[in-house]
Amino acid sequence: MFASVLVANRGEIARRIVRGCRRLGVRAVAVYSEADREAPHVRDADAAVAIGPAPARESYLAIERLIQAARDSGCDAVHPGYGFLSERWEFAAACAKAGLTFIGPDPEAIRLMGDKTEARRRMAAAGVPVLAGSPGPAADASAAEAIARETGLPVLLKAAAGGGGIGMVRVDDAAQLAAAFTAASRRAQAAFGSGALYVERYLDRARHVEVQVFGDRHGNVVHLHERECSIQRRHQKLVEESPAPRLAAATKDGLTRAAVHGARAIGYVNAGTLEFLVDAQDRFYFLEMNTRLQVEHPVTEEVTGLDLVEAQLRVAAGERLPWRQEEIVQRAAAIECRVYAEDPAKRFLPSPGTITALDLPGGEGVRVESGVETGTVVSVHYDPLLLKLITRGDSREAAIARMAAALEATRVEGVQTTLPFLCRVIGSQAFRRGEVHTQMVEQGAFNA
Amino acid sequence: MPEEIKAHITGVVFQVTTKPGDTVQAGDPVIVLESMKMEIPVEAPRAGTIAEIRVQEGQTVQEDETVAVMA
Repeated sequence: MFASVLVANRGEIARRIVRGCRRLGVRAVAVYSEADREAPHVRDADAAVAIGPAPARESYLAIERLIQAARDSGCDAVHPGYGFLSERWEFAAACAKAGLTFIGPDPEAIRLMGDKTEARRRMAAAGVPVLAGSPGPAADASAAEAIARETGLPVLLKAAAGGGGIGMVRVDDAAQLAAAFTAASRRAQAAFGSGALYVERYLDRARHVEVQVFGDRHGNVVHLHERECSIQRRHQKLVEESPAPRLAAATKDGLTRAAVHGARAIGYVNAGTLEFLVDAQDRFYFLEMNTRLQVEHPVTEEVTGLDLVEAQLRVAAGERLPWRQEEIVQRAAAIECRVYAEDPAKRFLPSPGTITALDLPGGEGVRVESGVETGTVVSVHYDPLLLKLITRGDSREAAIARMAAALEATRVEGVQTTLPFLCRVIGSQAFRRGEVHTQMVEQGAFNA
Repeated sequence: MPEEIKAHITGVVFQVTTKPGDTVQAGDPVIVLESMKMEIPVEAPRAGTIAEIRVQEGQTVQEDETVAVMA
């Protein structure tokens, strides 16, 4: 096992990784920008290294500064968390070059799955169903239009170099395609450094269901079941749960088999997630693979009783996976709600500011992963995720009841948050019946 | 009547998409702010001409701060 791990992240996930290190007796070293000097993740760690000014480009995204911080603090491994550099193959490669173990997959797997058209090709070749669309990036708007006419409208234009829904545009009418192509390409260029786009058939009223996978260096690949994540705004998740409600056993079986098969086909090591869309007829299609720990990993931990961060450290250190497939069982139901500093009444606009009061829930079956405390300045420079509430129950109904109470007991003052919106989701008949799809939030299904 | 265009949110100026003398329609983005990993346009409140841009790319602006002036 490692002696010291550099936690190359901030907020709640940095705190979660520090806890995982503690569990194994590993020294955890935090990093912080000038804006995060007083942040809870800095205090939690055994040591902390300043890495630069507040803008992420000059701190949490600065590869050479993080490598230097790891060297200076005597670390032998680096955990990237999620976001920031976690899916930049150049970072994983730079760690290897510096003699540091990157706690995640090999750079080549990150590169392959980061190229979204290459990922589609690889998965299709492995027999994993993908949506109809362009085989590679579309050369220009007219090429995209030709593909769109072939697959049938509506289609999505997606960035080839990055995922997470950033820069994704839906096109319903061929006449809109040229303008949409220009706008999406510009956004992709700004976000990912490449304006390349590809075309994919758009699925109406689909559900987002993903499968957690885990591989080791001894040829083992397992899945840790599914998570349903259809409650999204801007193609980003707000509520996740496991088991997925209303998912036929045969569909679930197909999904988990496809996920393990896909991960195995690329020799995947460490934690990863294959995201799928499931249509009304229960057909499923590969969307993309996230080659890192997910924000919503606690849902899986609560359902299975397993510690994913601990397993990440063990596998990165060369150990075998700590569990066999048959030992990984969905023992409970769990839900996660993400509390963001955003104003749901203003189309989820960010709400930076200072947290003036914070009350967090507790008790049986309630888990809180928070990156903030009273007095924390929620900066414009970073993702607006403040904290996550996770509840577990013997049944989905019990987990929902606990979540409703946990949301009620949570108070965040000083910034607007998604809390009132989350209360409406959890209280809604549609959610309670498990009748969800990815467009519900935009369609106003949970408006006040 | 000159009219000040104010930021409706705190953020960092990601892009200045207009310059003095440009003609804009109501709803056109005048500048684009970046806040918490989101790009948020600050839009022209009416049709007219941009008289002045008061911010530069990379600069932090506060909510209600004037970013541009319309002629």
